[in-house]
Amino acid sequence: MRKFKRMAKKFVADFVVVDNKPLNATNFLIKVKSNSVLPNILPGQFVNVEINDSKEIFLRRPFSVFEVDYNDNTISMIVKILGRGSKKLTEIEPGRNVSLVYPLGKSFTYPSSTDKVLLIGGGSGVAPMLFLAKESGLDKTQVDILLGARTKEDHIDVESYSKYANLHYATEDGSLGEKGFVTQHSVFINDLTKYDKIYACGPDGMMRAIAKVAKAAGVFCEVSLENLMACGFGVCLCCIEPTNKGNLCVCTDGPVFNINELKW
Amino acid sequence: MVDLKVKVHDLEFKNPITLASGTCGFAREMADFFDPAIVGGFFLKGSTLKNRDGNEYPRMAETPSGMLNAVGLQNKGIDYFIENIYPEIKDYDTQLIINVNGSTVEDYIALTEKVNELDKIRGIELNISCPNVKEGGMAFGVSCPGAEMVTREVRKVYDKTLIVKLSPNVTDISEIARAVEGQGADAVSLVNTFLGMAIDAETRKPKLSTITGGLSGPAIKPIALRMVWQVANAVKIPVVGMGGIMNAADAIEFMLAGASVVQIGTAVFKDPTLPVQIIKELEDYMLHHKMQSVNDLIDCLQM
Ligand SMILES: Cc1cc2nc3c(=O)[nH]c(=O)nc-3n(C[C@H](O)[C@H](O)[C@H](O)COP(=O)(O)OP(=O)(O)OC[C@H]3O[C@@H](n4cnc5c(N)ncnc54)[C@H](O)[C@@H]3O)c2cc1C
Ligand SMILES: Cc1cc2nc3c(=O)[nH]c(=O)nc-3n(C[C@H](O)[C@H](O)[C@H](O)COP(=O)(O)O)c2cc1C
Ligand code: FES
Repeated sequence: MRKFKRMAKKFVADFVVVDNKPLNATNFLIKVKSNSVLPNILPGQFVNVEINDSKEIFLRRPFSVFEVDYNDNTISMIVKILGRGSKKLTEIEPGRNVSLVYPLGKSFTYPSSTDKVLLIGGGSGVAPMLFLAKESGLDKTQVDILLGARTKEDHIDVESYSKYANLHYATEDGSLGEKGFVTQHSVFINDLTKYDKIYACGPDGMMRAIAKVAKAAGVFCEVSLENLMACGFGVCLCCIEPTNKGNLCVCTDGPVFNINELKW
Repeated sequence: MVDLKVKVHDLEFKNPITLASGTCGFAREMADFFDPAIVGGFFLKGSTLKNRDGNEYPRMAETPSGMLNAVGLQNKGIDYFIENIYPEIKDYDTQLIINVNGSTVEDYIALTEKVNELDKIRGIELNISCPNVKEGGMAFGVSCPGAEMVTREVRKVYDKTLIVKLSPNVTDISEIARAVEGQGADAVSLVNTFLGMAIDAETRKPKLSTITGGLSGPAIKPIALRMVWQVANAVKIPVVGMGGIMNAADAIEFMLAGASVVQIGTAVFKDPTLPVQIIKELEDYMLHHKMQSVNDLIDCLQM
């Protein structure tokens, strides 16, 4: 047993829920604590979470890592209620155990120190964008974050990230920031070529629309995909995405892909 | 110390806990979680002669106590395996068995001949039961003449341990088991997945790109167990059992029903370290029941 612990690169372990608080009507911040030292976890990587006490739910659910604190060995995620599994997870009480398989997937390509970057998040894709903004090591002047949601109420409060980046909002009803989709926002339509790297995570349609424009502008762009997963560690081949290298696993070859690899 | 060693024909397993084909990749993915030498063996991802892209996404649907899959044997072909994967895994101190798939008898033969050259692969699992590929596989596995023909032809070119994997999507599985035994199979493994279907009531669309797919996980366990017991009673060759095993008690039940070795499949998606835990729990069970050899479990159902 001891021997394999040392060679393991991925882990299955019970974490204790230390915090679970609503960020708005549908998003929850869940923080879990490990009793062992955490491995290095990078923006774009995810954890596969077991949903307790549910008769209907058999498989784990994948969630991007939002924050890691190596001092108290905690991982945080932002869970958006979509169906039964995510709903159940947001009902978990602090003190309860939750099993995680971690760390999974590949991270975003880090920007270089002189890069100007644009991070675009929508829906459940906000967490990895904020994680990347914080970890990028760039000056605030080099980073723009553009977040999209239907209404003001659907946005979570990210004002604390204003120390890492310039924040921009889009809402479909115009209740916060500019009215419309992120792809209609002035930050996005003005001049994309001023950015060295664009990163996006969110609904499929949003990412495809961003990819199309970024490709035409010839700007480096990475997206993080959220395909349905069964295992999360590359053995079931259920999560595949067609690429110019054939069908690749989103869980191990991704979830982050350069848009030029994808058949979009 | 308890003795966990079991034999299936010429294949020696250090313990009866192995991993099922299509749910443990090429073993190296599992090595990210545990030392591969701990388990009895790995039945590697289904291989075909040529590259196969598999079916379109979505290939998976969660179901009560299980899941449907429609992967469709995505793999890069046997030559890629031999050149790029085999060198990396060949020194794992455990049994590595290749799951062989074809759409024609010629494919099965050509593939088997290539696998025969690999020193560290001492057995093949002849898959005549994949429900997810149109061209065949299961076409052979659902009739006695089909199953007999592939087994006979592959037997001619293969001297190492030949395990034939049976489909549960038949009226009488023991009949097929007897048919392949008659053509020289060294063992049979069962069950592969059950053909099933899932529909999204909201969108009114099938959940899988292929409409139907293979059901696995604890949902199938009682049926799989019954089939293993029936087959073990029908043939003299060893039986490798699987279908919804989630813990040591499940594994023991399959052994009592007649399985010499068991495979853990879908359960590793929930917990990739589960096979290691099951081995430990199996040892505890044997100590508790004062059993010396795990062979005292096989086919030892008390009536
Ligand atoms: C790598 C990765 C990272 C992710 N990160 C986050 C995150 O940080 N925060 C977050 O809230 N969510 C994230 N998700 C999505 C999250 O995993 C799903 O929302 C969750 O699994 C849904 O489970 P459920 O039981 O609530 O929904 P279910 O009851 O299983 O499904 C409800 C409906 O949503 C559909 N659905 C379920 N999962 C997905 C999916 N992944 N993509 C598209 N449609 C789906 C189903 O087909 C069904 O129609 C991530 C997914 C992946 C693959
Ligand atoms: C995603 C997936 C892929 C599979 N691929 C294969 C395969 O390539 N070859 C094969 O013989 N069986 C394959 N199987 C079937 C399993 O090996 C096993 O027979 C079946 O899942 C029943 O066992 P379980 O309920 O423990 O998973 C696959 C199963 C799943 C879930
Ligand atoms: S989810 Fe199993 S291979 Fe990606």
